[in-house]
Amino acid sequence: MATVTQSRDIEFLKKQARTVRIEILKMLAQAGSGHTGGSLSAADIVTALYFYKMRHRPDNPKWPERDRFILSKGHAAPLLYTVLALTGYFDKSLLNTLRKTGSPLQGHPSSKMLHGVEVSTGSLGQGLSIANGMALGLRLDKSPARVYCLLGDGEIQEGQVWEAAMTAGHYVLDNLCAIVDLNSLQIDGRCEDVMKIDPVAEKWKAFNWHIFEIDGHNMEEIVTALDEAEKIKGKPSAILAKTVKGKGVSIFEGKVEYHGLAPTKEELEIALKELGGNGK
Amino acid sequence: MGSREEKSAVNTQQSTVESQSFAGQAVATRDAYGAALAELGKRNEKVVVLDADLSGSTKTAKFAKAFPDRFFNMGISEQDMIGTAGGLSLTGKIPFASTFAIFETGRAWEQIRQTICYSSLNVKLVATHSGITVGEDGASHQALEDVALMRVLPQMVVIVPSDGFETKQVIDTVADYEGPVYVRLGRAKVPAVMPADYKFRIGKAYKFNIGRDVNIIANGIMVSAALQARELLSKEGIDAGVINMSTVKPLDTEILLEAAKISKLIVTAEEHSIIGGLGSAVSEFLSENHPISIKRIGTRDTFGGSGKPDELLKLYGLTAEDIVKTVTEFMRK
Repeated sequence: MATVTQSRDIEFLKKQARTVRIEILKMLAQAGSGHTGGSLSAADIVTALYFYKMRHRPDNPKWPERDRFILSKGHAAPLLYTVLALTGYFDKSLLNTLRKTGSPLQGHPSSKMLHGVEVSTGSLGQGLSIANGMALGLRLDKSPARVYCLLGDGEIQEGQVWEAAMTAGHYVLDNLCAIVDLNSLQIDGRCEDVMKIDPVAEKWKAFNWHIFEIDGHNMEEIVTALDEAEKIKGKPSAILAKTVKGKGVSIFEGKVEYHGLAPTKEELEIALKELGGNGK
Repeated sequence: MGSREEKSAVNTQQSTVESQSFAGQAVATRDAYGAALAELGKRNEKVVVLDADLSGSTKTAKFAKAFPDRFFNMGISEQDMIGTAGGLSLTGKIPFASTFAIFETGRAWEQIRQTICYSSLNVKLVATHSGITVGEDGASHQALEDVALMRVLPQMVVIVPSDGFETKQVIDTVADYEGPVYVRLGRAKVPAVMPADYKFRIGKAYKFNIGRDVNIIANGIMVSAALQARELLSKEGIDAGVINMSTVKPLDTEILLEAAKISKLIVTAEEHSIIGGLGSAVSEFLSENHPISIKRIGTRDTFGGSGKPDELLKLYGLTAEDIVKTVTEFMRK
């Protein structure tokens, strides 16, 4: 199994993100169901984590000093599976089994079934509490490891997120970085119409977090924020990343219906053309 | 949320952690927990404790005082407490998360399902203030459904200790067991029932004796009531056995079959709803494997209420006399 090549080179990361998107779309089309929009909106961020920022060892998923990644928005499982496969946690051919009976690639991530998944998620609102617990445990052990937690913007409607936000501020978890994928859409429509979440930045600030507001598709801004967040002491960091749901493929971009729809064969062909991928 | 009546206890804790077995001592199971936990903390550095602003009442305050770095008060946020406990377990810690039983299992049920059980995390949920013996605080604070809520979850072990001596052993045992466990404790002082040579094991019931006429399967405070009922029944010429089924899941089916095969009637007794708890677990097993007449003692599809614990036990039919009445009525038929 390959070990991961990591770099801060922006062109390298952009290329990886393109490959990640291609693999996500292929696996979703093969599965026939799954969450396209939210996997694509967070693709650049998660690529930057796995191909640059996080210290991790795909050949030793339980390495104690690894940085942890919690996918609180568990429906973006195709994105997590793709970066795990591409960084060498398991063979890429496994991606074809997404959502199939008996596959370790469950519809939402299961840590008991797949190496590299830190904890099972899928029920929204629970990941940040888990990340807090990890950050507390790592601090007790004086570990240098950091914890990253990716949340959706619809997800922050869950009350538990704010319980956890309060906890991270109270316990001064500066080894924790939350990233909110602000793609503005949720299953039933625009967050603004379903349940207003704004002002988002002020909320996290009010809970004693240091915040970064970035363009979640600008790789330079992503890696800079991840680097800067590591230097913040005395507060947990939140990167509020403005994104586009379905980013990278024009027919999916900003379309609420692709929250939970997989691409058809025809849509996949269009998408691959746009992404410049020939399916390799 | 929650009663603050015992908050002052935080400041009156002993500063030293002593070893206590509680054998033969009448003590509230929560007090035995507080002492056992602090002692465990001394022996095992991996043990960490979380509470949701009720540490004075759950008695985790004793651990908090002895090991402040390993105690996390989560404030009044049970759902976050469960997730945080899960995260701590993923870094190799052994978290004990405590609050009142209804808030622990009810408020945070889905967090327990999704985060703890589905990922099979090594978290110990030890809840106090179960049942109606919570007393004056009333129905909002009296969990009569918690065993049902926990028993239905895959991976979960469910334990209802009968006295302080057993509680101490349960706490030591579950710390060494890998996986999610729910331990149900009470607020009120309870009599000592377990013999000094008793050794708790997960999934192993304790047989006081097997009766030829009836066997009473009890746990928690109802073991004491069952033992009293046995004496009263013997005066009426009825040979009753008593079994302490402290582990509700996994159930000790071997002992159940032994008891069922020898007697005419099985009675279950628990300080919990007859729906979903020990009575249901026993009925489910015996109806499939050795059908026999079963009577369940417990609260009957109702909420609790305010009052003195002893008066409430009478009001809700959870006394030795209620067991005796149930048995003698059956025998007369």
